Amino acid sequence: MNVIYFAWVRERIGIPQETVETNAATVNDLIAELRAREARYDAAFADITALRVALDQELSDFDSSLAGVREVAFFPPMTGG
Amino acid sequence: MTVRVQTDPFDAGAELNGFAKGRGDVGAVVSFTGVVRDTQGNLREMLIEHYPGMTEKAISAIADEARKRWDLADVLVIHRYGPLAVGAPIMMVATAAAHRAAAFEAADFLMDYLKSRAPFWKKEVTAEAETWVAAKNADEDALKRW
Repeated sequence: MNVIYFAWVRERIGIPQETVETNAATVNDLIAELRAREARYDAAFADITALRVALDQELSDFDSSLAGVREVAFFPPMTGG
Repeated sequence: MTVRVQTDPFDAGAELNGFAKGRGDVGAVVSFTGVVRDTQGNLREMLIEHYPGMTEKAISAIADEARKRWDLADVLVIHRYGPLAVGAPIMMVATAAAHRAAAFEAADFLMDYLKSRAPFWKKEVTAEAETWVAAKNADEDALKRW
């Protein structure tokens, strides 16, 4: 699946997006896999209360299923307007 | 309904003059324009990042919700991204309705939701530092009144 990062999450991880091969069942499972990879991922996902997630461009929850999902985006709370 | 996400500047006055023009059922037009503010007196520019694809969908969904809640003749939302100078317009909303209460309330609703539910992120750039603007708890709390 395509995983996209925005704002300071993108800066902390160091890339805007990547293709991730995973069997993670939920967003939380995917985060656990990413955190186990490298320190920069571990740091970016250290406090998920500071993060939001969108699945296929819809705001979602961290316990949501990833079944059928093609695009996951992680970002801080939005500051539009 | 018009939703535009763009890097280019816009002329809020010209947009407003053309908005809901010629609609005999419109008795009230309300607009809001957000402008880059230099809070500390040292802002070089504001950088706005967004999520192409989701941004347009999220704004359209918010505008659709406003049209469900209020009897609106038209809705306009323009939001810029990229580097913006102090004093530059960031975004505007306009609502048109038969009476002012619906137009005011819908514009207020749109602004509250665009602030916390449209995927934009603001970064303040000064000579010394680049700082992501943190979302305020008050902005999230503002959604509860709707």
